[in-house]
Amino acid sequence: MRREGVPIIVVVPAAIGAAFFIVPLVGLIVRSPWGDAVKALTAPETLEALKLSLIASLSATAVALLLGVPMAWVYARVAFPGRNLLRALTTLPMVLPPVVGGIALLLAFGRRGLLGAWLASTLGITFPFTTVGVVMAETFVAMPFLILTVEAGLRSMDRRYEEAARALGASRWSVFTRVTLPLIGPSLFAGSVLCWARALGEFGATITFAGNFPGVTQTMPLAVYLLLETNQEASFILSLVLLLISLIVLVGLRDRWLRFA
Amino acid sequence: MSLDASIRLTLGPLELDMAITVDEGEVVALLGPNGAGKTTLLRAVAGLVPFSSGYVRLDGKVLEDTATHEYVPTERRSIGFVFQDYLLFPHLNVLDNVAFGLRSRGVSRQDASRKAVYWLDRVGLKSYAGSKPAELSGGQRQRVALARALAPDPRLLLLDEPLAALDVTTRAEVRRDLKRHLDSFEGIRLVVTHDPLEAVALADRLVVMENGHLVQTGTAAEVTEHPRSQYVADLVGVNLLRGNADHGSVRLAGGQVVAAAGAELGEVFAVVHPRAVAIHRTHPEGSPRNVWSGRATNIELLGNRVRVRIDGEVPLVAEVTPAALKELNLVEGGEVWLSFKSTDVSVYPA
Repeated sequence: MRREGVPIIVVVPAAIGAAFFIVPLVGLIVRSPWGDAVKALTAPETLEALKLSLIASLSATAVALLLGVPMAWVYARVAFPGRNLLRALTTLPMVLPPVVGGIALLLAFGRRGLLGAWLASTLGITFPFTTVGVVMAETFVAMPFLILTVEAGLRSMDRRYEEAARALGASRWSVFTRVTLPLIGPSLFAGSVLCWARALGEFGATITFAGNFPGVTQTMPLAVYLLLETNQEASFILSLVLLLISLIVLVGLRDRWLRFA
Repeated sequence: MSLDASIRLTLGPLELDMAITVDEGEVVALLGPNGAGKTTLLRAVAGLVPFSSGYVRLDGKVLEDTATHEYVPTERRSIGFVFQDYLLFPHLNVLDNVAFGLRSRGVSRQDASRKAVYWLDRVGLKSYAGSKPAELSGGQRQRVALARALAPDPRLLLLDEPLAALDVTTRAEVRRDLKRHLDSFEGIRLVVTHDPLEAVALADRLVVMENGHLVQTGTAAEVTEHPRSQYVADLVGVNLLRGNADHGSVRLAGGQVVAAAGAELGEVFAVVHPRAVAIHRTHPEGSPRNVWSGRATNIELLGNRVRVRIDGEVPLVAEVTPAALKELNLVEGGEVWLSFKSTDVSVYPA
C-alpha cells in the first residue's frame, strides 16, 4: 500500500513542539526522589494542603454548578439587550491574569472593598484570608469554563424534546430536570470536570485574595511553590500528584465526553 | 364534541390564516405541499406556537383565545402529539418514554409502569420495554411514539407526518397498524401529511391547505373528483383549467375557449383527464371540438401508460399507450396537435 508522504517541514517543528511538552514531564518523573515519596506525601502539611485543595475545589465546582447552570440557561435561552456584553464580562476570568482577578476580588470583597466594607460592618463577615475566600477565588476563575460548556450544550441540544415533554404534560421544572438536564449531561459533566480541574490548579487569585495560611488557605499549588524554597524533593512529589490528577481527568474526558477526533 | 380552531399568524415567509374543525368520530388529514403551514397549524393547536389572532377550542372549552387573552399552556392541554421524527427521549428506555406522560400528570410510578406496559403490549412491543430508542427500527419507534402519546388518554390526538421518517418498505405495514390504532382511539384525531396516499388511507376527510390557506375540504372521493387547485390536480393527475362558463363553453384567462358540454354560467373549474386527450402529428379531422397545437416537452413512462406534457396555447398532459407513442414517432420537442371531446370536460363552479 502506498502511503502519503509526510513533509519534513511539518514533522520537525511538530516534533520539537511535542518535546517541549514531554521533556518537562519526564524531568519531573526522573528527578523526583521516589525513595522519600511516602514520607513527603504523608507529611501533615502535605495532607492538610491536599485536603484543603479537594474541599475548596469541590466546593467551587458545586457553587459553579448552582450559579453557572442558571447563567448558561439564561445566556442560551433568553434574548435580552446586552446579553453578549454580559457573557463577555462573566467569562473574562478565563483570559484575565489570575492575580488581577485576585486584586479585583479584594477591591470588591476585601475589608475596605465595595461590598466587603458593608459586609464587615453590618454583618461582621470577612472573606479575604479565609477558606471561603479560597472557594471564592477558585470559583471566580473556574466557573466560566462551566458556563461556556453548558451554554454550548444547551444551544446544540434539540429543543423539540422539550416541546415533546410539554405536550406530555410536563411542567417547566420537570421538563428542565427530566429532559433538558439529562440531554445536556455530557456538557454538564465536561464543564464540571474542566471547572474542577481549573479550581484545583488555581494559584494567582487564591494567593492574592486568600493569602497563604497553612491549613486555612494554603492549597496544593501554593504548597508546591512554597516547598520549592524549603524542600525541593517534596515539591517535586506534590507536583507529580497534581500532574497525575490532571492526566486522569484529561484521559477520562477524552474517552468519554470530549470527541477530539 | 370537537376541535374548533381559527388561527392567524405570520412566521417567517408563512402567512397562516386557517380555520379547521374536527369532529369526534372522524379522522381528518391536513394535506398540503411542504411549507404550506400544516405543521405550524398543528403546533399552534397544541399551544407550541403563539398566534396573532384566533382561538382554539376543544369540546367547547377555550384552550386559547386572543380576544379574551385566555391561554392554557401546552402541558395542561389534553393532547397526544406524535412528532415527525418521534422525538423519543434518548436517555430513557422505551417503558419510561411511554410512562413519561403519565408520570408528568401525577400517576404513581407503579401505575404508570403498568399502564405503559399495557400500551406497549397493544403496539406489540412489550418485549422492548427495556430497550433504548436508538436500538429500535424506524417502525418500532413510530409505534412507541404512538403509545407514548396515547398512554395518558388524551382527548385530542395530533400526528405530524407520522410515516414520513420511514422507508418505503416498512411504511405500508406501519400505516396499516396506525390506521387500526386511529380507528380504536375514541378522541379527536388530526393527521398532518404531504402524502396523498397516506391521507386517503388514514383519514375520513381531507383538509387541503396551501400557502397557509384552506384550499378545499371533503372526502377523498370529493376532493379527487373536483380538484380546486393545481396542487390537488397534480396529486390526482388530471388537467385543471379555470375560466368563465357560458353555455357549453369555458373562456380561459388567456382568451382561449374550451368547448365543454356541461358548462353553464359563471366562474368554473374544468377538468380534463389525460386519457381523454388525444395526440396527432397533423391537424385532426372529424368530431372533437377542442383542438390545439403545441410542443411535447416531457415524455414520461408510468407503468403501461406514457404521460406527455404538451406546452402550447393550453398546456395539457395527455396519456397514451407506449404503442401509440411509437406509432406517432414522437420525441421531446416535437410539434403535435392535441384534441379532446367537449363531453370529456367535467365542469364545476369555482
